[in-house]
Amino acid sequence: MLELRTVTAGYDRRTPVVRDATLTVTAGEAVGLLGPSGCGKSTLARVAALLHRPDAGEVVLDGIRVHHYRHRAPRDRRTAVGVVFQQPRLSADPRLRLTDLIAEPLRATGRRSSVPGRVAELAETVGLTPDLLTRRPHEVSDGQLQRACVARALVLRPRWLICDEMTAMLDASTTAALVRAVEDYRTDTGAGLLAVGHDRTLLNRWCDRTVHWDTVTAPAAKTLA
Amino acid sequence: MTPGRPPVLSVRGLSVRFLLPGGHRVAAVTDAHFDVAPGECLALIGESGCGKSVLASALLGLLPANAQTAGSALLGDLDLLTAGERTLARTVRGRRIGLIPQSPAAHLTPVRTIRSQTEEVVARLTGVRGRAALRAAAERAAERAGFPTDHLDRHPHELSGGLAQRAATALALIGDAPLLLADEPTTGLDRDLVDRTVDELRRHVDADRALLMITHDLAAAERVADRVAVMYAGRIVELSEADAFFGSPGPRHPYSRGLLEALPERSFLPIPGLPPELGSLPDGCAFAPRCAHATDICTTLPPLTGPVACHRPLPAPARTPEAIRA
Ligand SMILES: Nc1ncnc2c1ncn2[C@@H]1O[C@H](COP(=O)(O)OP(=O)(O)OP(=O)(O)O)[C@@H](O)[C@H]1O
Ligand code: SF4
Ligand SMILES: [Mg+2]
Repeated sequence: MLELRTVTAGYDRRTPVVRDATLTVTAGEAVGLLGPSGCGKSTLARVAALLHRPDAGEVVLDGIRVHHYRHRAPRDRRTAVGVVFQQPRLSADPRLRLTDLIAEPLRATGRRSSVPGRVAELAETVGLTPDLLTRRPHEVSDGQLQRACVARALVLRPRWLICDEMTAMLDASTTAALVRAVEDYRTDTGAGLLAVGHDRTLLNRWCDRTVHWDTVTAPAAKTLA
Repeated sequence: MTPGRPPVLSVRGLSVRFLLPGGHRVAAVTDAHFDVAPGECLALIGESGCGKSVLASALLGLLPANAQTAGSALLGDLDLLTAGERTLARTVRGRRIGLIPQSPAAHLTPVRTIRSQTEEVVARLTGVRGRAALRAAAERAAERAGFPTDHLDRHPHELSGGLAQRAATALALIGDAPLLLADEPTTGLDRDLVDRTVDELRRHVDADRALLMITHDLAAAERVADRVAVMYAGRIVELSEADAFFGSPGPRHPYSRGLLEALPERSFLPIPGLPPELGSLPDGCAFAPRCAHATDICTTLPPLTGPVACHRPLPAPARTPEAIRA
């Protein structure tokens, strides 16, 4: 299970953007979290992905409470969670060719030998052609870069996936294709999913259940229309 | 389009090629033809990587050094493809073309607050002078795009995706340019904000500006556009009235039909296969490997005849009695 228990988080302790958020994703489940722009969804997604330390509350991952976030999180916990963000340009190292972008988590965790096989396999899954793999981020479109970011998120076979507006920059067909890539991965591995977004139609079609931000957080949480 | 009035933008035979190391050529845009009139919005839609943003960069003279262009893109009597960087920087970008970019957070200057960036653009493009006046004008500009003025003192990384987009929109509207070029202006916005953003853009169109809106958001395109151009593998494969495209008879090119069908409110099925590599396009129809209607004739290039570039366009269904009455 991935449990968020009364999580309060933000960038200034006096005005948290997430207040008392409670949400559970059970093993293999796909949960959609729906909320308006600026409500704090991405902040909560970063907490769930162990990338942002909450001010209060706790994250419990597969039964064990999380104490360390970001680079301080132990490797086996960090690699248990794969993350895809909305804006691939902000999350991809501009110096890396797409193939190295996808392979980088493998290298960082000493799994160099599995790089060629795994990269080829994932490129196929997410629909990247060989000529694209040798290009750098500025030489591909946002959608192509996002395909690489999805492949990168899957490369260590995480048990949990956090997708924050994964398809917000993508056309309808690429959206349907990447959702299918994630779903094929989940069918193979039984991974759980937290998909954050504001497209109700998409989340309803994609996930087992969809919860609204207002039902997950305390009413006092600051929302910005 | 208003008959008799010259278009604001007239694009003829526009092609863009990228030269990559090793002599590879990428055909990002091929032989694009279209006009945008004052008071008109043309939506350019298509799959990721099909060349939409490259087309926009070509119009703005913002292509990287390894790009080659052909054809023309007339803004009044200025050809944007041959105008020098000095002309483009001093008289075109911001003044004659307002740009609403894709990836706004990456486009905004990271080390400066939204207020300081907005004031700078106001000072550069309008007659407003003096600290207090600039401050007030910047706040009006923010409000116009729905950007909350109490967030003006933030840096771009402190904004959600939606707020960054509105900051970028505010900057683009400051110069009151006759042509607005919006590249994915609604990315990251929730449905209410999408509606507000495109309605705001529509108001600028109705005030006799021309808008070329590049978008993958088909609902936003339906809401704002008068005409729709569909791009596939660098070519415009369908150009039709928005009503006919989104309503009846619907898209007539098999690709456009597949794109619309991929929506989660429709069949949610991706178009099978992948877009072709723009570095090695086939001689015939580039959609053929993915097209259920392809026959032998599709190994030759289909010209854009009427609204579609397809040898076997989907039939325009016979008009129903309701449609005739309407
Ligand atoms: N690093 C930061 N410093 C200060 N404030 C921030 C920072 N990052 C985000 N915020 C603020 O936190 C609030 C919530 O941001 P968040 O990105 O989580 O929203 P969101 O729901 O994902 O919005 P959108 O759907 O528009 O992307 C916003 O008011 C935003 O301006
Ligand atoms: S020209 Fe042929 S392959 Fe191309 S879209 Fe039309 S039917 Fe399909
Ligand atoms: Mg967000």
